[in-house]
Amino acid sequence: MNWINNVVRPKIRSLLTTRREPPDDFWKKCPGCGQMSDRRTLEESQLVFPCCGHHDRMSADQRLKHIFDGASYTRIPVPAVPVDPLKFRDGRRYTDRLKDSKASTGLDDAVLLADGRLGGQAVTVAAQDFRFMGGSLGMAAGEAIITGMLHAVAKGHPFILFAASGGARMQEGILSLMQMPRTTIAVQKLREARLPYIVVLTDPTTGGVTASYAMLGDIQIAEPGALICFAGPRVIQQTIREQLPEGFQRAEYLFAHGMIDMVVHRHKLTETLARIVGILMAGRAKIATAAKSSDPLKHVNGHANGSPVDPKLLGTSARDAETIEVEPVPDEDRFVTQSKKGAGAKPPTKGAPNTP
Amino acid sequence: MATYLDFEKPIAELESRVAELRALTQDDESTGLSEEISKLQGRAAQLLAETYGGLNPWQKTTVARHPDRPHCLDYIDQLIERFTPLAGDRYFAEDAAIMGGIGTFRGRPVVVIGHEKGHDTETRIKHNFGMARPEGYRKAVRLMDMADRFAMPVVTLVDTAGAYPGVGAEERGQAEAIARSTDRCLSLGVPMVAVVIGEGGSGGAIAIASANRILMLEHAVYTVASPEAAASILWRDSTRAIDAATSMKITAQDLYELGVIDEIVAEPVGGAHRDKEGAVRRAGDAIAKALAAFDKMSPDEVRKQRHERFLNIGRSL
Ligand SMILES: [Zn+2]
Repeated sequence: MNWINNVVRPKIRSLLTTRREPPDDFWKKCPGCGQMSDRRTLEESQLVFPCCGHHDRMSADQRLKHIFDGASYTRIPVPAVPVDPLKFRDGRRYTDRLKDSKASTGLDDAVLLADGRLGGQAVTVAAQDFRFMGGSLGMAAGEAIITGMLHAVAKGHPFILFAASGGARMQEGILSLMQMPRTTIAVQKLREARLPYIVVLTDPTTGGVTASYAMLGDIQIAEPGALICFAGPRVIQQTIREQLPEGFQRAEYLFAHGMIDMVVHRHKLTETLARIVGILMAGRAKIATAAKSSDPLKHVNGHANGSPVDPKLLGTSARDAETIEVEPVPDEDRFVTQSKKGAGAKPPTKGAPNTP
Repeated sequence: MATYLDFEKPIAELESRVAELRALTQDDESTGLSEEISKLQGRAAQLLAETYGGLNPWQKTTVARHPDRPHCLDYIDQLIERFTPLAGDRYFAEDAAIMGGIGTFRGRPVVVIGHEKGHDTETRIKHNFGMARPEGYRKAVRLMDMADRFAMPVVTLVDTAGAYPGVGAEERGQAEAIARSTDRCLSLGVPMVAVVIGEGGSGGAIAIASANRILMLEHAVYTVASPEAAASILWRDSTRAIDAATSMKITAQDLYELGVIDEIVAEPVGGAHRDKEGAVRRAGDAIAKALAAFDKMSPDEVRKQRHERFLNIGRSL
């Protein structure tokens, strides 16, 4: 047995390798099941492994190439941000880490933006690249997301996000955390303009990215098997010191728990996105024509079918309804239900205080 | 019995010397020790002022976590009249890591929301050490809805190591709950003032801190991740928390420089835990001043100010 292992196998292996002389990265091992696939097959299948359907991580430019009609798109420039404002070093300088990431990925930072057509419809797309410092959310990525969303508002485009991120960029400290509210403001602008915001959560989407713009889409899609969470499995395991449930924090788990709308195979993604954009934009076009007179997109009170209540009468609350999607039923409708049905319906405010 | 922090050892020694001498002189006033006592007391006071005037980021982290530091409910007790706690997210549970309710603050009806850490074993468990689950953030959203409906300003008290990392919290959408709460802060048409009173930890803090004005106590810290978590991400070694605290810029003074917070609330000499009442009163004055600035603004203007405030962060560094 030892003889076979030590002498024959290496010989066979060396024969095989010398004969074929494949480049070092010709084969890729499937992270799902361990089988090997060749790069060309993988490229053709959009990095979905033929063995078990494992969806491999995609770079931002691969995303853009695959999503747009005819792989044609126009990149949207991202404004420059201050570099390394904290003068951070964690053994190495942050500026050196940035330099390395730029060199190895050919990107300026973790987010690419582009305009193009999807099923014939103009859309703006942001793609996050996990290779660039774990797709982490720093000032550059935050500014890119904001720029992309505001660009979509200016152009009247739906906005599609491909999220992939390990979360906040530690090297930018609090300025990284501030990207959570900053990007959320841009999401509110999309909402005010009634432009569809569709999020595709890809492997992995975690931390501050999940806990801000990446969970605020009108429609939330995830790729199969993607890890999607706030706190990572490692952190949770350290806290609770128990075995984590099967499939915990994977796309299918989130779907089963009502956190996302659908899990979509990468081969069906373009078609699904095009269909969703088509339906939502058709709805939007309808309200625009219905209330042509007074800036319909601003004064329909946050709901596609409009509201019979004059916003002015309600002071602040009606104006707020424009930007909030917290509950599916507008408050004024609840008042109506309540007065009609009396008790039983959920009252809008809670009277009885509980004094501890 | 006071809890002394590591760096307070010299202060603790002086203070215990004073206590000893006092005990000795109690029976006899003619020992001639009173001069010695007042000299020692003076030295202790000076040392305290000096020490607290030059705390490093890690020392501030320990002060911010001091068990005797005033917590959310201390602020509410002292500052909010007719406080009426409200509970529950109406979907799943009540989460006492985030306390909230209505009341009046210096004559003004307000909604108050804050992380409560608890002060002894029982209350710490009840409040889950101030680490909220999704229900806490959903309750915050509900209270903010109500604030808007009844035109009441929102005051938040931020004091958390971070949102709770647990299976149930993830299962019920911790990330989404935080995102919606931040979202709701930013859409409020009423003024919102956030005070970082102890630890402002990560997304769990920002969810109730995306305010028009952000105040921070002198020795509070506000971080993208707790120093321990950051160390474990950066070096895969949570024992390097001191290094992380030092390099991340987490103190009120640093954040003021970076334009992330609007005002530093001075603490009593030796930290808020040495004079809870004084610390809370100073915070109350700062909150009143911050709220007054929005008295004449329309909901649209209030919202716009908040949006611009955040969008401007980092643009002029
Ligand atoms: Zn496979």
